[in-house]
Amino acid sequence: MFDQKKLKQIREELDQWQEKEVDRALGKHPERSERFETSFGESLERLYSPHSVENADYLEDLGFPGSFPFTRGVQPTMYRGKLWTMRQYAGFGTAQESNKRYKYLLSQGQTGLSVAFDLPTQIGFDSDHEMSDGEVGRVGVAISSLGDMETLFDGIPLAKVSTSMTINSTAAILLAMYVAVAEKQGVKPEQLKGTIQNDILKEYIARGTYIFPPEPSMRIITDIFEYCSENLPLFNTISVSGYHIREAGADAVQEVAFTLADGIEYVKAAIDANLDPDVFGKRISFFFGAHNNFFEEIAKFRAARRLWARIMKERFGAADKRALMMRFHTQTAGSTLTAQQPQNNIVRVAYQALAAVLGGTQSLHTNSFDEAIGLPTEESVRVALRTQQLIAHETGVTDSVDPLGGSYLVEYLTNRIEEQASSYIEKIDELGGMIRAIEEGYVQREILDTAYRTQKEIEGSDRVVIGMNKFTSEHAEVPEDILELDGLVEKKQHQRLAELRETRNADSVRKSISRLQKAAENGENIMPSIIEAVSNYATLGEITSALKDIFGEYTESVII
Amino acid sequence: MKRIRILVAKPGLDGHDRGAKVVSMALRDAGMEVIYTGLRQSPSDIVNAALQEDADVIGLSILSGAHMRICERILELMKEKGIAEKPVVVGGIIPHGDAEKLKKKGIAEVFGPGTSLNHLEKRIREVAGDK
Repeated sequence: MFDQKKLKQIREELDQWQEKEVDRALGKHPERSERFETSFGESLERLYSPHSVENADYLEDLGFPGSFPFTRGVQPTMYRGKLWTMRQYAGFGTAQESNKRYKYLLSQGQTGLSVAFDLPTQIGFDSDHEMSDGEVGRVGVAISSLGDMETLFDGIPLAKVSTSMTINSTAAILLAMYVAVAEKQGVKPEQLKGTIQNDILKEYIARGTYIFPPEPSMRIITDIFEYCSENLPLFNTISVSGYHIREAGADAVQEVAFTLADGIEYVKAAIDANLDPDVFGKRISFFFGAHNNFFEEIAKFRAARRLWARIMKERFGAADKRALMMRFHTQTAGSTLTAQQPQNNIVRVAYQALAAVLGGTQSLHTNSFDEAIGLPTEESVRVALRTQQLIAHETGVTDSVDPLGGSYLVEYLTNRIEEQASSYIEKIDELGGMIRAIEEGYVQREILDTAYRTQKEIEGSDRVVIGMNKFTSEHAEVPEDILELDGLVEKKQHQRLAELRETRNADSVRKSISRLQKAAENGENIMPSIIEAVSNYATLGEITSALKDIFGEYTESVII
Repeated sequence: MKRIRILVAKPGLDGHDRGAKVVSMALRDAGMEVIYTGLRQSPSDIVNAALQEDADVIGLSILSGAHMRICERILELMKEKGIAEKPVVVGGIIPHGDAEKLKKKGIAEVFGPGTSLNHLEKRIREVAGDK
């Protein structure tokens, strides 16, 4: 990027500056630490200058926004054209309560929905199953049948809003319900916009809501890809998620590496199912966390975008621009929130959100300050949403594209993260791909080692957490106002299910379940029969257990 | 000093196992014998494991909000099986009011977010009667 003669001169003057200025300054005041480090354990220099990025080629490595390799962003005008989608993940209790929260969020200027399901829904148990005891409506909304889904989206025009659903091993069932609700609203599948997470590999690695073993899980996923490419062309059929990998303890490099390695596995599976990477590639989206280390995080997003574009082009031969570009959602990092001095979290979230915006995210969830204590209240959710609106409308950071592009530090970090993540991906290739690496526990162990190291750094105060190991308060601050769930959620769900089982046509339920099992056995695409089953009000638990009969269940390999 | 045997369990459907795993590693490094169950254990799985492994302490990690129901069930089953005297400690996102209620019901200690590993180890030794 720089003239060789100039570079030489810069290097010489840098050495002089080091000898004269820096050494003198150090003589007077030593630095605060012997070593300054990235989250992935590399030493940071005092100063970055043209010599730090001397091998970079502007056109090849950065290029222009909206063009390969998309380092500077996926659209030519970025936020000057359209702001990111402000999308707060929400859902709790019954479908009725969540429906109310969604309408509130939309009335406050939120531009897309993001549905949180409770754990029984995510793992395929009806609300009245034994394993659901105590969990109904806790971490999200309880959905056991199409009836619940109808209530959830009552009065919300599905032709207009885009809906993101955090759902993985039961994604096919919830998507089928979404299609069925839309149909009742008179909305055609091809009009539907949104995302299903549908990323089973990170469930084995970090999030834990798996049901079936990897092989049938990957087959269900490719069935969804195939069905959607024909019927829901505007729907993102997978959101390959690094967020949970990061939250489980990974550093920035591991987050990028393991997420992209998962992405590679999905593309391989899609190609094996005869899908065209140029078509299918457009429907892949990603999901990352935004952590504390500000510049490193910005670099991480830029590195991930460039590396994915290169993988799609070089490894899979994709050529369509839209199949090469990495679009992603970001959530601020829940694991950085403290229960101590909870208001500090508002500030943490703001910096993390700013990093996501400077990194060029397509949509964003900002955490509420009270989430280390319990479920967020309406007030704390409003502050979180306002944080995004402040960044969008008051700070001016949205007025130029990729404003930190060209920063010596940010470009250097972008290069390092891409290089380091690539070596991890090579390692995983050597192990035989991500599924093998997960089955062997390699990925989980790498993450756990980092998590343990991080915890020890916090214990030793090598890593400062304000309010927790530094600037602590004497008195415990306990927020009075926490969201209490309706204690009757579970009972209400039991009643609804009992009524449903009595009023629906048991014969058509039975027939559609057995058709589904045949499709699963014969290798036919299971989506049409799942849609038929949910339309007949077969429950989520019934459908899941029918599939367990055919596919079996996964048991985790416990590594400590 | 007797080596403390602790069963670290993930009850219910919650998949957040970073805390349980990090705590298991730390307690093992501190010289305890740690048996980690992995995810999705029902209350009876956990009580049976505590019996079989002859654990001195049972540690539960719950971040899904299902702590009240799950702890009640486990304490009930422990009574039924005659191991009610074994101390049970719980870690996770537990609202302050709930922590107080859990202690009244017989949970020996509740560890919230930000608990240091040193404190955790010390308290576990205390509840295990090893001071």
